[in-house]
Amino acid sequence: MYWGKILHIDVSKRKTHIQRVNEAWLKTYVGGVAMAARLAYDNIPKGADPLGPDNALCFANSAFAGTIVPVGTKYGVAAKSPLTGFLGDCLAGSYFSASMKRAGYDGIVLKGKADKPLWIFVDDDNVYFNDASDLWGKGTFETEEAIRAKVGDERVRSCTIGPAGERLVRFANLTNDRGRQAGRTGLGAVMGSKLIKALAIRGTRSVKVADPVNLMAACNKLSEVAQSTKTEKYRILGTPSNVLNMNRLGVLPTRNYQNGEFEGAEKVSGEYMKAHYTEKAVACYGCPIGCEQIAHVKQGPFAGARTSIDYESLFAFGPNCGIDDIEAVIAAIDRCDSYGMDTMSSGVTISWAMECFQRGILTKEDFGGVEPTWGNSQAVVDLVKKIAYREGIGDLLAEGTKRAAAKVGKGSEHFAMNVKGLEAAGYDARGFQTFALGCAVGTRGPCHNRSLAYEADAKGTVDRLTGGPERGAIAAEAENFAGVLDIMMLCKFIRNCFTDLWSEVPALYTYVTGIAFTKEDVKAVAERSWNLKKAFNIREGWTKADDWLPGRWLKDPMPSGGSKGAYVKEDQLRTMIDAYYEARGWTKEGLIPKEKLNALGLDDIAKEIGA
Amino acid sequence: MEKQFPRIICDPDKCVCCGDCEMACSMTKHQVFNPSLARIRTMRIEPIVMLAVGCKACADAPCVLACPRNALTQDPEKGIILVDQEMCDGCGWCIEACDFGAILLNPATKRVEICDHCADEEEPQCVKFCKKEALTLAVPETASQQVRKDAVSRLLQELVTGK
Repeated sequence: MYWGKILHIDVSKRKTHIQRVNEAWLKTYVGGVAMAARLAYDNIPKGADPLGPDNALCFANSAFAGTIVPVGTKYGVAAKSPLTGFLGDCLAGSYFSASMKRAGYDGIVLKGKADKPLWIFVDDDNVYFNDASDLWGKGTFETEEAIRAKVGDERVRSCTIGPAGERLVRFANLTNDRGRQAGRTGLGAVMGSKLIKALAIRGTRSVKVADPVNLMAACNKLSEVAQSTKTEKYRILGTPSNVLNMNRLGVLPTRNYQNGEFEGAEKVSGEYMKAHYTEKAVACYGCPIGCEQIAHVKQGPFAGARTSIDYESLFAFGPNCGIDDIEAVIAAIDRCDSYGMDTMSSGVTISWAMECFQRGILTKEDFGGVEPTWGNSQAVVDLVKKIAYREGIGDLLAEGTKRAAAKVGKGSEHFAMNVKGLEAAGYDARGFQTFALGCAVGTRGPCHNRSLAYEADAKGTVDRLTGGPERGAIAAEAENFAGVLDIMMLCKFIRNCFTDLWSEVPALYTYVTGIAFTKEDVKAVAERSWNLKKAFNIREGWTKADDWLPGRWLKDPMPSGGSKGAYVKEDQLRTMIDAYYEARGWTKEGLIPKEKLNALGLDDIAKEIGA
Repeated sequence: MEKQFPRIICDPDKCVCCGDCEMACSMTKHQVFNPSLARIRTMRIEPIVMLAVGCKACADAPCVLACPRNALTQDPEKGIILVDQEMCDGCGWCIEACDFGAILLNPATKRVEICDHCADEEEPQCVKFCKKEALTLAVPETASQQVRKDAVSRLLQELVTGK
């Protein structure tokens, strides 16, 4: 259901107001990433400093939040990213989203800058600006618990930042429900720059739906299918099951993407973790799958580390840092979660620094007397803390690979593994060349979550070791498919449970909202969303040159393993990018024609940035 | 044999705290989604301890004894606690008496509500929607027999495979 209400909070003035949105607007932007992108476009002025008061954190809920729709209780959040300077759009699951819904809002826009640290409490209709001086400095888990204790109600759910967000680490994240994060693109730094420690919500209203009978029947069936082999991978080993698969394919990033296979992969595999460290698989609120593998280190130097482990975090601190000691990997992830810092950007930035050490670009002195050799697990875990608190070399690394490499120079840009400033994901694009295109053109940077282009590579429907012009349409289609899930806010892990996603998802939407919605509508909204995000970037000065890949993927053939010899040929990449622009209906320069924007119902944006 | 009443039992090893039991309950009883209106509630003591808690259908139920207005009675056959919505005035003595926090005070009607195993449905809807099969409607003896069976099967497995 929708409330037709967006809550605007100006923390400079400590004022709030409600923006009413009608059904036509809601049907156009639906929720999640699309609605967040629209709110960001409307509320963030062109050229705003990402860490200044003009940037706005735009939360957009799921139409399904707080209902029984499986994996539909998620929210999207967008702002101008301090890491990329473009749109940073994230999503996260769980209770916070349900609380926002029950409080009576479809979205929340947070802007301005407080005069001192505050935590904001949205208590149904009331908004309180509370002093956060006693919370400042606390970790993310602690902060959420402390707020619950202050209010004295378990139903209070918070989106918090940790020390990393307070110190404007450019890849700090937003955390809710202990370990659910709006993880990438540095939105935690945006909240930190506003001196907001937490956005807490208590919602007590009931959530009504238009067609309860059909909804309950459809959800009963979908939840049933979600226990079948179609989600087995996620339920049994969780995403860490990828480690050995990616290793076999030769795309497991190893030692800062110097290789695609890791000799110690077995020891950091999902199988090994399950056998020795996983306590239980748990679920986000509203999820009948339950993929979160809670791992616990009980002894040794990292005793006490305990958090949920996903593949992307695991690759970043494991193979990517040459570490085969899974206890250290769990510890590094646990620290990141507590400091409120993106594990992927943290791991990939640390691995960049380790390669700088390997090549003599950075020295032992730069690291405060420590030698960060590959596999030095203590050094890596210590670096996580140094980044969060910006101590020593951590201050440089807290800027991310793009800025750090620009500062350090000496050829380190070649292996600064980012696109648009966002660090790469756990698939070496040389061995997944449809995904290479997805990485180059992604509006927020190289992202496995926004572009499902790697599926074509992994399934073998294309030759993954080389590119081709047909990939343009494949990548656009894979983005639209991911887009539907990110707008309807269904977790991607349920994607294989539908018989026909394109008709079943709109049906669920109609049962919940009462708004008629067709297959065509859902396709249109996915396309509109990608164009919106792109439009935001264009307004911020995006040019074709921003859609490109790091030097390593273009110049260094993969040394060994299942993708041996592969690299992304520049002329092929150019061809693929051109084909992608064409598939999207954009100009050769990658700009969006006015007619295209008008056709998507984005007339006002067409006037501003249309080509 | 002394009579045991069936109750909704939750296996904490299977529960992932998805909250679908609360959703199914509030939808069945109030046609809305709202855990604050559910007669079964989930608890997550982070990060891995989780359980759904509902009425335990205690013998000589303390809530019934505590009610100063005789609004609560226990069904002698099923053990469920019936609430006379006319008699109840929402004083909350029964809530204090319950050791499991299983009694809901409806904030709108200011009357209490207690799980009745979905008397109007074919089966308790929380059990139906618990796809992890963590919830069952069973008498304690049956439930503990099942736990013992599972435990012995596990032991046997370990003996056979040596793991």
